[in-house]
Amino acid sequence: MIEINNLSKNFGKLKVINNVSLSCNQGECIALIGPNGCGKTTLIKTILGMVIPSKGTIKFKGEYVSKNFEYRKYIGYMPQIGRYPDNMTIGQILEMIKEIRKSDLDLDEDLLHQFKLKDLFNKRMRTLSGGTTQKVSATLAFLFNPDVLILDEPTAGLDPLASEILKEKIIAEKQKGKLILITSHLLSELDDLITQIIFMQDGEVQFHKTIADLKASTGEEKISKAIATILKAKNNE
Amino acid sequence: MNRIIKFIVLDILKNKIVLVYTAILSILSWSVFSLEDNSTKGLLTLLNVILLTVPLISVVFSTIYIYNSSEFIELLLSQPIKRSKIWWSLFFGLTLSLLLSFFIGTGIPILFYAPSDVGIMMLLVGFFITTVFVAIAFLSSILTRDKAKGIGIAIMLWLFFALLFDGIVLFLLFQLSDYPIEKMMVGITAFNPIDLARILILLHLDVSAMMGYTGAIFKDFFGTSIGIFIAFIILFLWIIVPFLVSLIKFNRKDL
Repeated sequence: MIEINNLSKNFGKLKVINNVSLSCNQGECIALIGPNGCGKTTLIKTILGMVIPSKGTIKFKGEYVSKNFEYRKYIGYMPQIGRYPDNMTIGQILEMIKEIRKSDLDLDEDLLHQFKLKDLFNKRMRTLSGGTTQKVSATLAFLFNPDVLILDEPTAGLDPLASEILKEKIIAEKQKGKLILITSHLLSELDDLITQIIFMQDGEVQFHKTIADLKASTGEEKISKAIATILKAKNNE
Repeated sequence: MNRIIKFIVLDILKNKIVLVYTAILSILSWSVFSLEDNSTKGLLTLLNVILLTVPLISVVFSTIYIYNSSEFIELLLSQPIKRSKIWWSLFFGLTLSLLLSFFIGTGIPILFYAPSDVGIMMLLVGFFITTVFVAIAFLSSILTRDKAKGIGIAIMLWLFFALLFDGIVLFLLFQLSDYPIEKMMVGITAFNPIDLARILILLHLDVSAMMGYTGAIFKDFFGTSIGIFIAFIILFLWIIVPFLVSLIKFNRKDL
């Protein structure tokens, strides 16, 4: 569904993404992990067309994403830090995005109800706490029933209850056969969610494996331990 | 009208600064016309006020508004909307609302007191100047990510066009007074939209007789319909060029 070919991105002299090639298919739930500043968010933003790649191409459903914008209606994106117009209320933001997407049909308002956002509809975005802003971001990402969900640190800043609601929602969507791309640092949280792992470091993809493969090759049961084993092995090389 | 423009116009019209701007223009215009017994004199006074305030407010307000819309732009970018459409909508939204306040503030009094050729010309010139400085604001806000720098650039550009440019031209006139540079002066005015606007109006106010030989040359050029046409084309270029440059830059920007 998403094909990335020899993608590179420089910010001035700094190479943020270096010759990355990946392919992600429907029904997969992929964790994108790696240390801070390894280019995870930049990679996600290039897929969305928010960052323009220096080299390489990205295809979405067989079509190049550069100079294209229609493909974004199949993507639900939850940013790491959601930034919204200060003066708009939650209700206005949701209304506006609905109007822009021109779709009132087939809305998925599960999260809206479960997060009880309706009670906060008249609150301005400026007055919201970080966690509530994250809830709005999550609601927007799932609202239009997209085929692909891209979640950048979805549970950071959410309280345990909300984060559990979100996790269950992700599992439910995964079972509908959607492609889900998650970045996270909390490996323990990902255990029962994901089917594949992409590990990035210094702008390069170190490995892209299925969980079964990863567990088999390291002999570990937990993802976090399996990854630690691989990293140790790499350091010893 | 597309949805994004609608959201932007509604947002700007709720902004108190725009309301105050409209009120100030309105107070100025009505009082100028009621103080002068002759509407031509009124227009002349109003011209100087307009050519100082309208560019300043247009450029500074637009620059700040564009910087403050960064969240809005980011939010829209992850939606299925063409990048250039976001930028165009922002431009149209800002221009439309500022034109509306100019029309309410200044246009109505002009149409009331001086519904002549000059009055209409003044209205047109005001519309053009507003749009030109919105376009310049787009250019200055895309040049740098730093809000303070961007606003600084906008104010500098206003200062240059509103005050410094005339100083430079006067300096050149005195230094090169031995040479026949009058015709060249017509060309130089093309580099300043405010001067262009001023000359367009002055030459229709019958005060050009007092401007000496240079005035006569100006009258020769800007007095004809071809001259007026060319002047408006140049004003139009002053809108299109800065905006298109900013659009190209915006399309390549990383957010």
